[in-house]
Amino acid sequence: MRKTVMMFLVLVLSMVLAGAALAADTIKVGFNIPLTGDIPEVGEGSKNAAEMYLADINSAGGLEVGGKKYMLEFIYMDNESKAESAVNAALKLIEQEQVVAIIGPNSSKQAVPAGGTANDNRVPMISPWSTNPDTTKDRPWVFRAAFLDPFQGPVVADFAAKKFNAKSSAVLFDISNDYSKGLAEIFKSSWEAKNLGPVVAFESHGTKDQDFSAQLTNIIRANPDFIFVPNNYNQVALIVQQARDLGYKGPFMGSDAWGTPDLIKLCGAQCYGQYFSTHYAAAGAKGATKVFIDRYVEKYGVEPADYAALTWDSIGLLVEGIKKAGKVDSNPRKMRQMIRDGLAAIESFDGITGSAKFDAEGDPIKCAVVVKISDEGTFVFEESVCP
Amino acid sequence: MDFFIQNILNALQWGSFYALIALGYTLVYGVLRLINFAHGDIFMVGAYISFFVAGFLIGPIIGLAPALAFAVTIPLTMVLTSLVGVTLERIAYRPLRRKGAHRLYVVITALMCGLILEYSNLAVLGASRLKFPELIEKQIWSIGGVTVTNLKVMVIVTAILVFLFLQWVVTRTRIGMAMRAISYDKFAIPLMGIPIDNVIVVTFILGSGFAGLAGLLFAMSYPVLEPFMGMLIGWKAFIAAVVGGIGDIKGAFVGGFLLGFIEVGVVTFFPSTYRDLFAFTILLLILWMKPTGLFGIPQSTKI
Repeated sequence: MRKTVMMFLVLVLSMVLAGAALAADTIKVGFNIPLTGDIPEVGEGSKNAAEMYLADINSAGGLEVGGKKYMLEFIYMDNESKAESAVNAALKLIEQEQVVAIIGPNSSKQAVPAGGTANDNRVPMISPWSTNPDTTKDRPWVFRAAFLDPFQGPVVADFAAKKFNAKSSAVLFDISNDYSKGLAEIFKSSWEAKNLGPVVAFESHGTKDQDFSAQLTNIIRANPDFIFVPNNYNQVALIVQQARDLGYKGPFMGSDAWGTPDLIKLCGAQCYGQYFSTHYAAAGAKGATKVFIDRYVEKYGVEPADYAALTWDSIGLLVEGIKKAGKVDSNPRKMRQMIRDGLAAIESFDGITGSAKFDAEGDPIKCAVVVKISDEGTFVFEESVCP
Repeated sequence: MDFFIQNILNALQWGSFYALIALGYTLVYGVLRLINFAHGDIFMVGAYISFFVAGFLIGPIIGLAPALAFAVTIPLTMVLTSLVGVTLERIAYRPLRRKGAHRLYVVITALMCGLILEYSNLAVLGASRLKFPELIEKQIWSIGGVTVTNLKVMVIVTAILVFLFLQWVVTRTRIGMAMRAISYDKFAIPLMGIPIDNVIVVTFILGSGFAGLAGLLFAMSYPVLEPFMGMLIGWKAFIAAVVGGIGDIKGAFVGGFLLGFIEVGVVTFFPSTYRDLFAFTILLLILWMKPTGLFGIPQSTKI
């Protein structure tokens, strides 16, 4: 009897040891992405890009760190596009899955709270798409691949003033979304600081709202030269249609959250001819960007949106950080510290969404592009604005 | 002045949807004393049904002209959605009623049915939003400074017609008399030879059918569909029905428009964050002064 118990214990022990040894050969990375909820398209694009990267690394035998190859393991956690679920997903990845780094969440609404969780738990996190300054502010463990709203706001203001010859502007934004609210405020202050004219209407709505007629009636009454709509694509489709129904004939200007193929599916011809600022334009891309786009199209049948490209760059950044760390420790805590130090040591990075330099806060300084929605519903490069 | 009339039109359109959904709550409640919490989700199912029906009709197989497809979509959507409502009654509420379950359990069952509808939709169709096709050619009329679309007019007129129809059914027809009788005394009525189950089925057909119609019109007015679109609007319509006096057709109609007017009014003059705060404070005050709602009559419990 005793012998059997001993045998059993030895067996269990050896299995645990084997497991630990196996774990040391893989690097576990968590993804905190919106696979359901308001913006499922974004989560799917991110996952697609990540799967492509993973296949590249693992089919080559793994990632080489300090002369030894390690397999990557990606764990995708759905944050339902909700702030509170993003925090839970981050905790699950950190505590249950014991990941050494987290990619995501994408939008600032989730990235700002989840960034706090990652920072408090001392786990490196890279948000691909979040442009709100608060995501990385005073958080040494949080990084990002996208430019910031304080840069995007003035880009939009300058472009609209020049292109539409606008003397007045109006803003309609989602007040319960950190991204939308932050960008709306930055746009307003930069529009006013540049002396481009008055912001004649500054209206807000909630995330689940479907009727914007009251806000739009106020805006149209103020008679702006254009309306800035820094909203998610599902709301943009409704806002543009309702504004036209209420008799608005002027142009709209959007932000990077517009840049998904779903915008065209939902908004259709009514969005044709409008402009928005974003991270990259798929049409007319060159070099590594083109290679990425072609491979993505071949694999998934659709053009990668900016969040897919930025997820690709975020993984690139992480790999760079791991390489800078120089070795892999089987203790996730030590590994997390090494990756963070590695990431902080990156000074510049050439990604497929352009090359970036990093400032002291860990934020990239990179160019933005303004894209026009053509009459075929494609996103055509209009101009590039660099800081 | 233009601005004022424009906002009244906005409020009428938005209130129409609350009214149409609130009518369904009130019908079922009036007969069964059951708050059918799945009603908002039946509305959502109606929107999806109309999406598939319309898509099929204008699709390559049938290839109807959009206007003709619209005319066929209306009855088809209403019939299919009422089937969903009747199925729900048959598989969820009736067995509980047969076993003499307390009303509380039936209400919880309704809540669960609503969630089942939402999540089965999510599981089958995924989280990606759907774009409703344009069925009627949109016309934008500009009169003075007021802009109105043909769709908006249609929504408001439909809400009024549905209200008048249901009011007529409940107060002027035999089946309406049976409905009122059941709500009056559920135990004595079968003894009079009134087929109680049939009357309940008719109630569900009416309630769900018009929820389907509301879903179709909603999908045409706000053409982005998602599985949870019925949740919030359903709850709010329920509150509107309670404020109007649940169980009373007129109350649901007035309550729905009242909520629409308050919401649009608040957003017009205040930041949107105040909308629900103001709206529900006003509704709370109404209930505080008149706990049975605007048109409700207090009920004495019979032992």
